[in-house]
Amino acid sequence: MSNKEKEPMFSAKNMKLLSNPLNSDNPVIVQILGICSALAVTAKLKPAFVMALSVIAVCSFANLIMSSLRKTVPPRIRIIVQLVVIAFLVILVDQVLKAFVYDVSKQLSVFVGLIITNCIIMGRVEAFGLGNRPWPAFLDGIGNGVGYGVILVVVGFFRELLGAGTVWGYQVVPDSFYEAGYSNNGLMLLPPMALIIVGLIIWIHRSWNRDLIEK
Amino acid sequence: MRGLRNLMDRLKPSFEKGGRFGWLHSTFDGFETFLFVPKDVTTRGAHIRDVNDTKRVMIVVVLALVPAMLFGMYNTGLQHFRAVADLAAAANIWQCFWYGFLKVLPLILVSYIVGLGIEFCFAQIRGHEINEGFLVSGLLIPLIMPVDVPLWMLAIAVAFAVVIGKEVFGGTGMNVFNPALLARAFVFFAYTPYISGDKVWISGMLKGQAVDGFSGATPLTTASESALTGGGLDLGGYSAWDMFLGTIPGSIGETSTIAILLGAALLLLTGVASWRIMLSVFAGGYLMGVVFNLIGADAYMQMPAYYHLIMGGFAFGAVFMATDPVTASQTNTGKVICGFLIGVIAVMTRIVNPGYPEGMMLAILFMNALAPLVDHYVVAANVRRRNARLKTANQ
Repeated sequence: MSNKEKEPMFSAKNMKLLSNPLNSDNPVIVQILGICSALAVTAKLKPAFVMALSVIAVCSFANLIMSSLRKTVPPRIRIIVQLVVIAFLVILVDQVLKAFVYDVSKQLSVFVGLIITNCIIMGRVEAFGLGNRPWPAFLDGIGNGVGYGVILVVVGFFRELLGAGTVWGYQVVPDSFYEAGYSNNGLMLLPPMALIIVGLIIWIHRSWNRDLIEK
Repeated sequence: MRGLRNLMDRLKPSFEKGGRFGWLHSTFDGFETFLFVPKDVTTRGAHIRDVNDTKRVMIVVVLALVPAMLFGMYNTGLQHFRAVADLAAAANIWQCFWYGFLKVLPLILVSYIVGLGIEFCFAQIRGHEINEGFLVSGLLIPLIMPVDVPLWMLAIAVAFAVVIGKEVFGGTGMNVFNPALLARAFVFFAYTPYISGDKVWISGMLKGQAVDGFSGATPLTTASESALTGGGLDLGGYSAWDMFLGTIPGSIGETSTIAILLGAALLLLTGVASWRIMLSVFAGGYLMGVVFNLIGADAYMQMPAYYHLIMGGFAFGAVFMATDPVTASQTNTGKVICGFLIGVIAVMTRIVNPGYPEGMMLAILFMNALAPLVDHYVVAANVRRRNARLKTANQ
């Protein structure tokens, strides 16, 4: 490490780690990971947002810790060590949520615990954290967490708006609409519609970013 | 006719590539082939083509739907006048028909305008020919909706069915699920209060126009409720003949088994729909009904098995939905298996699950999803059988 020339903290390469997962390497809409929780917690915007923050925190710190440990952990037991680290972080997040936003924590219920099994986190630790230095690994974790969170928030926004007529719990569809015969779309509150919305986002994203279209 | 042809010929060059409206080519082509059988012939190989192209086949299905549609219009008026206790009007066939005509026509128009509009846009953007699949779906969708469904809801359902159900898979002929049923399923899950219960099936009841004490429940609903309460079988006062004739509340086109059978006859005579599917759906439904007769745990299970075939949307689904050539099974054995299972699942859902008084829609969609799997095993079994034959022949 010492014989290499020092890289600036926010070099172009490091910034790529942050920005790539937002677009051409997005964990949800390009790698199709973490779909299960994207369907489960996005019926309302608030839980989706809190879930996104939790995953950003867990993903970045899991990457940071595993990257710091990468020379000491024997490769044969690395998975179990990763699990311990991630589980420890998830429990921490869970306790924080219960302490400060109890109602959201109740809505998220089991899905906070299930962050442990979120493929994005394990995937990033395996693919990036174990092979890179802590700082880039940390950035990569944040980037992927945000890439996941952005999709979650977008899906949550549309599901809550069209399914319940509210955003962040506040009613935005005026009463006059309902009196004129408008009705909330109950399908939006069911998980299948989240899958369809994710599909639509993928559609829009690929018609924009044509390199990603599979042959 | 000749004048129209001449007009088309005169307009054609400006819609060809390089013409003034070259970018509208597929729209023009869509209209031209709709009006006239295309003159194209295959340029190489000995390909014999039937002059009955897809557009002509679709028109046969639309014609087959006409009896159900006309009866649906009449029945809409009849049910409405019965609900408001206007017996003189209910006795007048033309008054009933006119009332229903004015109620149903907007639904059909909205369905066609929205659906065809989206189809034309997609064909235009992708540079494809216009797909003709929506000719049938556009009429099917209003016929399986309750008459009072708001038009904007219908429009959203149609848009959902065409875009998510068809275009994302690559257009007509590529879809996994029947688009018309998808539209209904969309309304069913998204706007449940508008398509279930006992107020939506008769025009005007949602607005409280019916007289006090009048129940708009369909025989399916009341039968399902009588199973829950444990009393005798309650068909809401309708006889088997009423259900066969179709003078009962229900979705617009589904009530009259007679009108549907007329359409079925046309489909079978022209060979457009598969008799294997129709027959096996009815057989599956009937046999499942008999099985429930044998169990006989409550009044609904003891109901004569053939009642199931004339209640609700069973006949309509069997004749017009299950036979959809795109989403149904492709092999003959597969058609029989899938059709049979549609009947079985539909009747089972009706009786066992009180949450869904009508199981036909979900049964068909479910078997749509399974049809490729059934086909795969049918083909694999055929290959195995022929291999075995080859082995014995070689010995």
